[in-house]
Amino acid sequence: MSRIIDKTAAELSADIREGRLTSVEVTTAFLDRIDAVDGTIKAFLHVDREGALATAREVDADIAAGKETFAFAGVPIAIKDVVVTKGLPTTAASKILEGWIPPYDATISERIKAARMPILGKTNMDEFAMGSSTEYSAFQKTLNPWDTGRIPGGSGGGSAAAVAAKMAPVAIGTDTGGSIRQPGAVTGTFGAKPTYGSNSRYGLIAFSSSLDTPGPVARNALDAAILHEIISGYDPRDSTSIDAPVPPVVRAARAGANGDLAGVKLGVVKEFAEGSDAAEPGVIAAYEAAVEQLVKLGAEIVEVSCPSFTYALPTYYLIAPSEASSNLARYDGVRYGLRTGDDGEHSLEEVMSLTREAGFGPEVKRRIILGTYALSAGYVDAFYGKAQLVRTLIKQDFEKAFEQVDAIISPTTPFIAFEFGERMDDPYQMYLADLYTIPTNLYGGPAVSVPVGLSEGMPVGLQVMGPVMGDDVAYRVAAAYESTQDALLADTAPEPEPEGK
Amino acid sequence: MSTISREEVAHLARLARLEVTDDELDAFAGQLDVILESMKTLAEVNTDGVQPTSHAVPLVNVFREDQPQPSLSREAALSGGPDTFEDRFRVPRILDEEA
Repeated sequence: MSRIIDKTAAELSADIREGRLTSVEVTTAFLDRIDAVDGTIKAFLHVDREGALATAREVDADIAAGKETFAFAGVPIAIKDVVVTKGLPTTAASKILEGWIPPYDATISERIKAARMPILGKTNMDEFAMGSSTEYSAFQKTLNPWDTGRIPGGSGGGSAAAVAAKMAPVAIGTDTGGSIRQPGAVTGTFGAKPTYGSNSRYGLIAFSSSLDTPGPVARNALDAAILHEIISGYDPRDSTSIDAPVPPVVRAARAGANGDLAGVKLGVVKEFAEGSDAAEPGVIAAYEAAVEQLVKLGAEIVEVSCPSFTYALPTYYLIAPSEASSNLARYDGVRYGLRTGDDGEHSLEEVMSLTREAGFGPEVKRRIILGTYALSAGYVDAFYGKAQLVRTLIKQDFEKAFEQVDAIISPTTPFIAFEFGERMDDPYQMYLADLYTIPTNLYGGPAVSVPVGLSEGMPVGLQVMGPVMGDDVAYRVAAAYESTQDALLADTAPEPEPEGK
Repeated sequence: MSTISREEVAHLARLARLEVTDDELDAFAGQLDVILESMKTLAEVNTDGVQPTSHAVPLVNVFREDQPQPSLSREAALSGGPDTFEDRFRVPRILDEEA
């Protein structure tokens, strides 16, 4: 295991800072890996070899000149295509934004650039982050490196697959209902959804504004924590940004690595284990083996009751599409992206309708229609309004649980990566992938997914949910679990077929 | 009885400015019906006296100083437009008849 691409981001960062490797060597190794295997995996929508190497050369020059550099300087990164990057194509995997070159940077893009991490490219996703398999990308199907007949999760399947196939040491994702954690779970990678409001949404292409949260994707807790601290923190350009110190997640990941969870109380949600909400037996087996490890480290398991979690899925699928139907009204064929039917015959309104019909895929249309319905006169109280009330109850369930426990654990997703096409005809079956991840988004708290084992040869994730601004607890528990393993699960993934592009 | 009819879906699509095809209408009506059925379960939840949650973080009155800030240049703001003309976005005619 001497390849550059096998090292963690923290190891690469130390190698670069201490002169054992240059950033150009590291960045080139990942770009070459992309050339070798992304023809098969198809995680990237756009690769920026020149831009990444330019940043790498700057970092190398600074280090050669003895200038101080910061964490992850010179360590390359992949960014989900829903995050706006100045001068780099950004499409949210939608035809309606095909060819758009943003004239500005998202706050997290700015912070990545300020940290001087070479940006390898933009990763594939479900269109506008709506989906759980990345099959709804308008451009390409991303394959799961563990089994290329299976989905890489979604919406951030590209970022997860890129990290799982070692085409990037770390990546950025966004999580509205599980889009960082569920792809992490099914690709054997680590993903964290930070506390809502602790990471700026400025420059994220909006899906559901009260839920969208950007966060890190990595192979282990420490790399994710370091990236988490780079991108987190107050941003006056996001009116929902929390003006408070970032939770000490790096310290927590390092502390957790000592493998001591004495005195830590972990809640298990009674309602998750019951009835139709139960996970596949193989997923439960891997999860329970992980819980056993946590108990050996000193954690105490406490059953908590969160009765309103049963209603989280319908609540989410009213709130998120309602907000989406409003947010996606901006794609009108005037200010950016596609315009269809502008032939002198069609009126402005007709051109808008034709443009949106041509530019949006099926899941986006379904959710726009669903949101329009939930917000329409006569239904708004029964649907959108009711969902906002139930959201309060879900939040209260979390608050009550965190009076008893430090963190709540569950499987990340009820089933392993499914096969392509398996859930495309029945959207409701697709939605079930997010059964365990959605409550956290409605509450606004943090949650991470850490790989804990295999079921039918496919990775299973453990989800650790913390209280609002208690991201550090989730990292500590996840890192403690990692300390019980001889090797990271991510490092045992099969080698992708190098078909090339 | 279905929760949502094909005609209702067509009406909603019109409201949302989506020129959906007949095939899409057929597919969406059935799929949305399944989804909306599951949402009816919310009606069984007792929410008497519960306040709605519109945002995860209860921030109110987020103010900033009313000071001019640098912003995008006109050229940058127009750079993504599908059709621009004399420093503006050109749009198709809005009225049915020529004015």
